[in-house]
Amino acid sequence: MTDDELIWRIAGGSGDGIDSTSQNFAKALMRSGLNVFTHRHYPSRIRGGHTYVEIRAKDEPVKSRGDNYNFLLALGDSFARNPQDEAYYGNEEIKPLSENLDELREGGVIVYDSGLLDASEIENFDERVEENDWHVYDLDLRGLAKEHGREVMRNTAGVGATAALLDMDLEHIEGLMSDAMSGDVLEANLEILEEAYESVNEDYEHTHDIRVPTGTQDEEQVLVSGSHGIAYGSLDEGCRFISGYPMTPWTDVFTIMTQHLPDMGGISEQVEDEIAAASLAIGASHAGAKAMSGSSGGGFALMSEPLGLAEITETPIVLVEAMRAGPSTGMPTKPEQGDLEHVLYTSQGDSNRVVFAPGDPAECYEQTRKAFEIAYEYQIPAIVLYDQKLSGGHQTVPEEVFDEEPNPDIGSVVTEQDLEDAVQEAGRFKRYMYDDEEGSGLGGVSRRSIPGQKGGNFLASGNEHNEVGHISEDADNRTIQMNRRMGKLDAIRDELAENADHQPVYGPEDAEYGILSFGSTKGVIEEAVDRLNDDGHSVKAMNVSDIMPFPKDEVTQFLEDVDESLVVEMNASAQFRRHVQGQLGRFGEKLYSLLKYDGNPFEPEEVVSGFESRLGGDADLSQYNVRIESATGD
Amino acid sequence: MSAFNAIGEEREIDRDEFTPEIEPQATWCPGCGDFGVLKALKQAMPEVGRTPEETLLVTGIGCSGKLSSYFQSYGFHSIHGRSLPVARAAKMANPDLEVIAAGGDGDGYGIGGNHFMHTARENHDMTYIVFDNEIFGLTKGQTSPTSPKGHKSKTQPHGSAKQPIRPLSLALTSGASYVARTAAVNPNQAKEILTEAMEHDGFAHVDFLTQCPTWNKDAKQYVPYIDVQDSDDYDFDITDRGEASEMMQEAEDALYEGEVLTGRFYHDEDRPSYQQEKQATGDMPEEPLAERYFDDDYEWERSYDLLDRHK
Ligand SMILES: Cc1ncc(C[n+]2csc(CCOP(=O)(O)OP(=O)(O)O)c2C)c(N)n1
Ligand code: SF4
Repeated sequence: MTDDELIWRIAGGSGDGIDSTSQNFAKALMRSGLNVFTHRHYPSRIRGGHTYVEIRAKDEPVKSRGDNYNFLLALGDSFARNPQDEAYYGNEEIKPLSENLDELREGGVIVYDSGLLDASEIENFDERVEENDWHVYDLDLRGLAKEHGREVMRNTAGVGATAALLDMDLEHIEGLMSDAMSGDVLEANLEILEEAYESVNEDYEHTHDIRVPTGTQDEEQVLVSGSHGIAYGSLDEGCRFISGYPMTPWTDVFTIMTQHLPDMGGISEQVEDEIAAASLAIGASHAGAKAMSGSSGGGFALMSEPLGLAEITETPIVLVEAMRAGPSTGMPTKPEQGDLEHVLYTSQGDSNRVVFAPGDPAECYEQTRKAFEIAYEYQIPAIVLYDQKLSGGHQTVPEEVFDEEPNPDIGSVVTEQDLEDAVQEAGRFKRYMYDDEEGSGLGGVSRRSIPGQKGGNFLASGNEHNEVGHISEDADNRTIQMNRRMGKLDAIRDELAENADHQPVYGPEDAEYGILSFGSTKGVIEEAVDRLNDDGHSVKAMNVSDIMPFPKDEVTQFLEDVDESLVVEMNASAQFRRHVQGQLGRFGEKLYSLLKYDGNPFEPEEVVSGFESRLGGDADLSQYNVRIESATGD
Repeated sequence: MSAFNAIGEEREIDRDEFTPEIEPQATWCPGCGDFGVLKALKQAMPEVGRTPEETLLVTGIGCSGKLSSYFQSYGFHSIHGRSLPVARAAKMANPDLEVIAAGGDGDGYGIGGNHFMHTARENHDMTYIVFDNEIFGLTKGQTSPTSPKGHKSKTQPHGSAKQPIRPLSLALTSGASYVARTAAVNPNQAKEILTEAMEHDGFAHVDFLTQCPTWNKDAKQYVPYIDVQDSDDYDFDITDRGEASEMMQEAEDALYEGEVLTGRFYHDEDRPSYQQEKQATGDMPEEPLAERYFDDDYEWERSYDLLDRHK
């Protein structure tokens, strides 16, 4: 790959400010007119444990992490300082340097803190440096920071050194620092930053040719994660109630919402468990608020029964499922797309829910808004399914994506006037009405009343019920109510299909081959498609985000047009491919899977190689943790 | 005009308004204590002065959970053990509603035990009625958390090895600000206690002794009760946690010895409700959240104004 891009990796210990330092650096790159994509790698430990953040910056749009990276800033940290920890975890001090060498590109740059790290502890370090033509700068960053009385500011020294080595202006970095801090702290940071910058410029000759790319992006951009997209989409839909229980990575959305809700006149509740969390959302929605909850795998499992309750009582709620690797507690900080079937089929009875799987932060925003709209209009639970990669990974998004009007509409709810003329039965409002055209006009939806509305009293019951909500096991009523509830999915499918850019296809329209995916693999696949077409292949891609109801027509069209299609997903059992086949009832012979489930998201080259190997090319997959699985036939 | 125009309506309220045209006999067995709860609740409503439409009754699953079917108000018949989380969120979304939660001892102290503890702790302004028949009724007579030690059932053929739960003490230590026990055999006291519980500004827990003639023939719920407030033998200060706690222990021990002590055990009128606490910290709006969606003039803030931090 060419180096028209910077992929900067900052490595150190968990809990050592790697996150905030990288956030600022990413923003500085964005402010200089570049597009940015971040990838966060961290272990399930609070302190210590090797962690890194990777920032990819380019002038062109960046949609995914890159293949490997080209600039390492290795900071020492306060890893296992106490002897007990050391006995348990081993000495990890050298890890920021040692752990990251395998993925550093040829010709790449290494800056490491010689105040804390000793390269001679790494086997064959010098040979590897020479072999790979790496350019190594050992700087006593800790010493420099210490001179200014603050050892922890060695991160700042590292950023200063980075800027010098990349011929990057300090302007934006300084601007960000003064936005974030003040007083002595700011002053010390600025001094350290400048001193590191100058001393590197004076003392070192730049032997490498990696520079910060020139940014020409002039539209206003913001750096946001998928979790911000979801949280902001909810707020703009008038969601003012959230209940949750912490679980990585769902906690991201929960925290962002909690940060804003009190100021916006909303309510956030941390509760005793996830069964309660989902039940609270149901209670709040029943009483007339726009409400959401969510969790990750294990917590979502606990929501199974309340989810069904929302379905049968037709109480609108939005649930977020932020996937991480399973089964069970799995790998808390690693992404996977293994909860697809869990989300589709959990809870008893016939499934009757809506599932969206956005592919990037902008889609997170748009589809969360859609989820609320659909949930409240059709009185059905809607789930936004995404994963750890999208949850914490930040990306530049045009500011105008968020420049939308709020939509606090509460959906298909009766007014007082409606209730005056409403049909009552046994003194109760026919909330689950099916015998009147008007009431069930919208794909089986009968309008609901809210407690406190005069003339609207009814019973919402998790048992099958008649039109006023009373428990009923009458066979005819059961059939009609089931048909009415299940029928909503067809109406929703039609409504979603009206959207102009519904399930867009990426790449040449008449391509011979297809790549099918869902959710967070969107960007990486688009990048792979570009490369494949540049290399003379003929490929197009579709990232499906309407998981349920499934866009049968669009996907059928896509698959009919290609000779065969690779289905790329981050799980071991090809759940999405099974879903596609199940929904369409055909194409078994055309679908091949490319699977990855090692805890790391796909890199573009893995998709390219996967594709080429499937086509009988000579691509070697043995260096990657990916697997090709052939079609099963119809 | 308010979107919720049934709320705060001032008028004579008749207990018959709470009777839907559907008969409890449909599911409850003859002689079931659940009839007593229904009756007492209907009698209490006019005293409290709340209309059916400003009342939300959330129930769990069990024979007891059917209460919402036979009580005419807004109702939510939820899932086993989860009435409290549904109810308390409804109360938060619209604090002007009269919110009541109800369910059985299996529902409330077994599967829903965690929610019981936490709802009491938070002191939500609501009333929680537990139909305590010391048995699982609906699933045909299995041992429940309040069944006495040694109780034999199909699932405990050799007799239960467990001590029964102590609902009153549990409510108190969890943080409920009103705790009482009453019995279906004592309709007058039941009505008074339910009235007081609903009028109380905080979490009011009422352990309601009901008989299950079908599955629990030897329960003590038929035994004449003693009202601890009416009896000179039981003099204690119901606003004092320590004294209340001792009295509860005594009542809980006595129950399985065949002596049924009922009445009010604890009443703290000073402790702010959760709604008040949360409003005081700025975490909850003063106006009911639910009202806002019906207010055309409300200016909704949007996320665009939050974007500065991402630049
Ligand atoms: C999650 C779940 N587990 C089990 C059941 C089955 N179930 C229904 S009611 C009940 C027990 C009811 O006992 P109790 O709460 O004491 O109420 P009662 O019927 O005695 O009024 C059980 C176990 C269920 N509906 N849901
Ligand atoms: S089984 Fe017991 S609790 Fe249930 S209705 Fe019959 S008597 Fe009442």
